[in-house]
Amino acid sequence: MVRSLLIRGMLVGLLAGLLAFAFAFVFGEPQVQAAIDFEQLLAAKAGDPAEAELVSRGVQRTVGLLTGTVALGVALGGLFALVFAYAYGRIGVVGARPTAAVMALVAFATITLVPFTKYPASPPTVGDPATIDRRTLLAFAMIAITALALVAAVRVRAHVAPRLGTWNATLIAGGVFVALIAVAQLILPAVHETPPGFPADVLYRFRLASLGVNATLWLAIGLGFGAAAARLLSPAHAQGCATVLHGQDSL
Amino acid sequence: MSEVLVERGAVAGPIVAPRELLPYAIFAGVLLSLLVYFVGAEEGAASLVGGSAVHEFVHDARHLLGFPCH
Ligand SMILES: [Zn+2]
Repeated sequence: MVRSLLIRGMLVGLLAGLLAFAFAFVFGEPQVQAAIDFEQLLAAKAGDPAEAELVSRGVQRTVGLLTGTVALGVALGGLFALVFAYAYGRIGVVGARPTAAVMALVAFATITLVPFTKYPASPPTVGDPATIDRRTLLAFAMIAITALALVAAVRVRAHVAPRLGTWNATLIAGGVFVALIAVAQLILPAVHETPPGFPADVLYRFRLASLGVNATLWLAIGLGFGAAAARLLSPAHAQGCATVLHGQDSL
Repeated sequence: MSEVLVERGAVAGPIVAPRELLPYAIFAGVLLSLLVYFVGAEEGAASLVGGSAVHEFVHDARHLLGFPCH
């Protein structure tokens, strides 16, 4: 069962990576190029010699971009399948498609959307190479904090739901989540590394495109994997698995 | 927790026992995480293979996927 889910997850991830590539190529690449053009303009003004290209721009924006999005798609699709295998039947929704959809939504919010409000994606030139260690650490810290805040909110919801009802418990959980994220964002240091004169429109469009690339990836994984897993877990098949499962472990 | 979303005819309970999942979670989990690392952080904040070929090759994907880069 886990093996079948894992293979499907990686295949769906591959397709999701292709879709993310298409989105990134159409909406993101023009902004990346505009950012690099600005960088070269700055270098030319300063009289710096042009940097030697290890990999040409033509390769970076086509095969390189494709490799990156597809590799990440396969990796995230596989990891998604592993989490799904555990989450199925344990997160309060019934069925493969709802489970995968909820998981993808949570993943997008936790990994991309919420951390983005503090440390958004940045095009080349925006960001000092010397601070890459610090920025990487901060970005992953923000993702970890978001995940922990989500766990805390879900626990609060489960705790108060019997007394206050599902609706009020969900509102309180939402409040707890927002409050925790707000406090974390006030405490964490700001990153201001946009060079003076960098075109604001390019920055805005790049960040919007980056959100779109990640949304495409998670949407495709969530809906695609849900559909693939639902077929795998169709009643006839699922019955066999349930029998096997109860034979080896009491749940 | 209340079951808000219900797919008709689907199995309601868990489908995989933790002990069945564990070996996959370890081996596939590590390999797939390594793949995420190569796309997102190799020769950025850390470096496993020498040079910056990996970084330069997946450079645009790294920026557009939202990983910190230069
Ligand atoms: Zn870069």
